[in-house]
Amino acid sequence: MIYLAAEHFVRAPQWTWYILFYFFFAGLAGGSYALATLLRLVGEPRDEGAARLGFYASFVATLFCPVLLTTDLAASWWKFWHMLINVTPGDQGLNFKYWSPMSVGVWALVVFSVFAAVSAFESFVLDRRDRSAMGDPGRPMGGVLGRAFNIVGGILALLLVSYTGVLLSVSNQPIWSDTWMLGGLFLASGLSGSAALIALMTRYRPNAAFSLGRLHEADGYFSILELVLLVAFFITIIAAGTAGMTVQLLPLWLLALVGIGSSLVAARGQMRIRPAGGAAVVARARTDTLVVSLLVLLGVLALRAAVIFSAQ
Amino acid sequence: MATKITPGESYGFFTDTSICIGCKACEVACKEWNQLQGDSPQFLADSYDNTGQLDAQNWRHVKFIDNVPDQSANAGDGRAWLMMSDVCKHCKHASCMDVCPTGAIIRTEFDTVFIQQDVCNGCRNCIAACPYSVIAMNQSTGTAHKCTLCYDRLQGGLEPACAKACPTQSIKFGPLAELQQAADVRLAALQSQGITQAQLYGRDDKVYGGLNAFFLLMDKPETYGLPNADNAGLPSRNDVGGYLIGLVAAVLGVVGGIVAFRRRRES
Repeated sequence: MIYLAAEHFVRAPQWTWYILFYFFFAGLAGGSYALATLLRLVGEPRDEGAARLGFYASFVATLFCPVLLTTDLAASWWKFWHMLINVTPGDQGLNFKYWSPMSVGVWALVVFSVFAAVSAFESFVLDRRDRSAMGDPGRPMGGVLGRAFNIVGGILALLLVSYTGVLLSVSNQPIWSDTWMLGGLFLASGLSGSAALIALMTRYRPNAAFSLGRLHEADGYFSILELVLLVAFFITIIAAGTAGMTVQLLPLWLLALVGIGSSLVAARGQMRIRPAGGAAVVARARTDTLVVSLLVLLGVLALRAAVIFSAQ
Repeated sequence: MATKITPGESYGFFTDTSICIGCKACEVACKEWNQLQGDSPQFLADSYDNTGQLDAQNWRHVKFIDNVPDQSANAGDGRAWLMMSDVCKHCKHASCMDVCPTGAIIRTEFDTVFIQQDVCNGCRNCIAACPYSVIAMNQSTGTAHKCTLCYDRLQGGLEPACAKACPTQSIKFGPLAELQQAADVRLAALQSQGITQAQLYGRDDKVYGGLNAFFLLMDKPETYGLPNADNAGLPSRNDVGGYLIGLVAAVLGVVGGIVAFRRRRES
């Protein structure tokens, strides 16, 4: 059932700036890892450079997550670990409640962090090896096991991105609980933002330029998905009678749409950017990428801000 | 006669709003016993209500609902003012317990819902989930607070402070089965007097599986700021749907990535 009309008499949880930026960085951490894995597994050997950028981006974004989550707990910041370990007398042990997205999400973040750290370290080791060999990016380590590791990490990454939306839906708050779309919407938006981020990073890594057009193309697909889910989101909250609450943050919604539009424009024009196209073509593509990527990332942030603050 | 309180039995409140006089003795008794300082007084411009809401400092809140009929010459039938001493409902299917990731929210041996302050880490997931706007953050402790149904008093064999202080017995405390029986009798009496709008809220399992703190209302639940049975949904109702859409988006996203990144012949 998609129609979830409800009358709400609830108090807002005051999940504001820290949570907004946590959602943003979790989206980029998970999205970058998932894209890096895809680039490595289905891409060409020349995509390895961009894949490593993805693993680096994922690791750095992951570092922000626990800091933001812990800071959000304010005076109880030192009890963050209670999410993982139940300290109730007589009921001690690991704390995992599959029906509570916050519990699922915290575990996903903890386990994913290991994958993000290991993959970033592997990329670092490979980069050092390549530098001494002065050649194209070498093969990833671990063979089949290494690939399996990336796949498991990629699945956790996708869970990390989407659970943030499900967490909002599994509440009794207006807008959030009136739709099932948020998990998918945040996932599509996270993938889009991550594609834009990796594309942006290719400016600083010449041997990753090969993947630029592919990243824009992928970003285009993710943005189409995001747009479809955004429409579905509005249909569900209109049906629930809470869409009016979104009007106050119209500029943020428009900014989110600008981000989606930028992705689509970039995807349309830059499906195939190759270094073979000449230095001028690549340089222009990189300038365009800078503008597009920043707009997309701003859109990713704006979408989350619009969703979070509309209900509170 | 004092109620004998036995661990293992279900206890609760039956709040009969038809005899509430809005004296706020319950609020005062609650604050006294639980050492709640209360919020700073402020002008709310909201009739006689200067408490405003249930929150970390107000675990009982007497709502004053202006329901004066437009035709003031008519008899009010007790509807001129609706007064209701609101409190945590101690739901059988508690939304707050459902989502709490730390296990801080537990069901006690008296079948009430209790937040363990030493376990709670202030994530506020319970606040997002509570459909009655009961739970709030205490900024100084960094934890979520709400009515404990005087857990400490129950352990000592004492009835909750609010029920003890209520001068009209609008708030009744006791074993749930006895309260439900008393509520049925009271409802039948009111209806036999022609007060057909009287209704019980949370007496049966239509709202969150039944409420340990249930009410006799003199109007529909929405008038009191309570979700009706149609709108009383647990947060977990969105669990499967939310993850399902996430999964569909993940599959489509991966397909999109594969299409974009796949190996292909150079044109």
